[in-house]
Amino acid sequence: MTDHTIQDRVLKVIATTKRIPLENVRPDSSFESLEIDSLDRLNILFGLESEFDIEINDEDAKHIKNIHEMIEGITQLVQAKPPSSPSE
Amino acid sequence: MHRVVITGTGVLSALGNNTSSFWQSLTSGISGIREMVGVDISQIRFKNGAQVQNYIPEEHFAAKDLDMMDRFAQFAVLAAREAIAEAGIEWTPDLREAAAVVTGSCLGGRGAEEAGYWELFHNGKSRIHPYTIPLGMSNAGTSHISMQFGIEGPAFNLSTACASSAHAIGHAFWMVRSGVAPLAIAGGSEAPFFLGGLKAWEAMRVVSKDTCRPFSAERSGLILGEGAAMLVLEPLEAALARGARPLAEIVGFGMSADAGHITQPVATGPARAMRMALRDAGLTPEQVGYINAHGTATEANDRIETTAIRSTFGAHTDKLAVSSTKSMHGHALGAAGALEAVASILGLRHGVLPPTANFLTADSSCDLDVIPNQARTVAVEACLSNSFAFGGLNAVLAFKSLP
Repeated sequence: MTDHTIQDRVLKVIATTKRIPLENVRPDSSFESLEIDSLDRLNILFGLESEFDIEINDEDAKHIKNIHEMIEGITQLVQAKPPSSPSE
Repeated sequence: MHRVVITGTGVLSALGNNTSSFWQSLTSGISGIREMVGVDISQIRFKNGAQVQNYIPEEHFAAKDLDMMDRFAQFAVLAAREAIAEAGIEWTPDLREAAAVVTGSCLGGRGAEEAGYWELFHNGKSRIHPYTIPLGMSNAGTSHISMQFGIEGPAFNLSTACASSAHAIGHAFWMVRSGVAPLAIAGGSEAPFFLGGLKAWEAMRVVSKDTCRPFSAERSGLILGEGAAMLVLEPLEAALARGARPLAEIVGFGMSADAGHITQPVATGPARAMRMALRDAGLTPEQVGYINAHGTATEANDRIETTAIRSTFGAHTDKLAVSSTKSMHGHALGAAGALEAVASILGLRHGVLPPTANFLTADSSCDLDVIPNQARTVAVEACLSNSFAFGGLNAVLAFKSLP
C-alpha cells in the first residue's frame, strides 16, 4: 500500500459518491469547486470508512477543509491500523 | 371564506401511473391486485399486493436525485407533477411564497430505514448510510415537492395511519377556504412493500390470503397497496379567473377520534366524522348520492362502517350508492384517502360511480348498495370519502359536483 494508491482510492470514493467524473477530482480541488455540500461530506465520510475499513472521528472530520487534507487524514488513519489487518 | 375547487389530480397506483389510466381501470372494475414482486414471498404468509407496475425511477429522476428519495417520496413528487401540470398553474413569486403543501404518509421512507438496519443487523456492518434519515423521514415527500416546484408556504406531513391523506386534504381545504393559503398541493403517498413491514402486517392477521372483497360475505381481509395521489386545491374564483377547469368542489371535512381501542373500530366515531363533514359542507344527508367507503374488507371494518353509515343517513341509506375502490387499488395506507378522493372527484365529474370489485355474495351485516363489480352511470350531487385509521382516528371529506 503506497500513498499514491490511498490518494487514488480517496479521489475515486469522492467521484463515485458525488457522481462526477474521476478526472474532475484532484487533490487540490476545493469542496466548493466540486459543489460538495454538508450532506455530500457525510456521504463521502461513509464511503471512506467503508473503503478503508477505518473509523473517522467526528471532530477530526469537521476540521478537514479540502481534499488534500482529507487524503492526509486518511493516510494517517490507514497507517495507524494494526499491520495484520486482513483487508490490507 | 372561499369556495374551494380541485383543478388538477395526479395518481400512481396499481391501476396505472397517471390519473386517466387509474380512472379507466376503476370504471372497468379491473383490480390491480396480483402476486407481489420485489420481496421474498416465500417468507410471507400472504402472497398478493397492489403494486405500482412498469415503474422505472430513472425515467423520471436524475440518478443523484434518486439517491435522496425513497420510493414513497418519488411517488409523491410524480403525483404532484401530474396534478400541477393538469391544473396549469401559472407560478408567480407571490404564489410560490404562499402556496401550501400538505401530505399524508403512514410509513414514510421506512423501506429505506429497513435497508439501513438490514446492513447493521443482518450483514454485520457497523455503519448505516448517512442518507438513511433524510430518506426515511415521513415528511420527505412534502419536502421534495416543495423543493421540486419551489413552493415556499406552509408545508407539512400528517401521519394518521390509514386516514393520513384524508386528514391532509381536509387541512389543506380549510387553509384555502379560510384564505391562509391561496393554493394547496395536497394528498398522500406510500410504499409499504418491504419485508419487515409486510411481516408486521402478517402478524396483525388482517391481510387476505385471497383478494380484497369489501362488503362480501367471503371477505377475508385487506390487500396492501402502494402509490400516491395529489390534488391541486384553489379558490373557485381564482380558478375561473385564470381560465382553469375545476373538476369538482370540495365542500366539507369532518374528523373524530374513537377514543376507545387502538385497533378495534366502533361505529360512533366514524358516524360523528361523517356528520361533521356534512355539517361543515352545509349538506343535508339527502344531497349525498355516493360514499367512497373506507371498505378495507376486514370483517370488523365493513360491518362497523355499515352501521356508521346507517346511523348517519337513516332511511336515506337505502338510496345511497357505496363502494370500496380498495378492491382494485388495494389499501395504500397513508395514500388511500387521496386515491379515494380522486375516485370520488372523478365519479362526480363523469357521472360514473366506480364499483366494489371482487364482490361475490351479499352479507346481511353489510346491507348497503355496494355497486357490485360493475361501474354505474349516475349523476350524483355530492359524495363523501371515508377514511378510518387504526388508532381510531377518522377523517371524512365531502365533495360536490360542479355544473
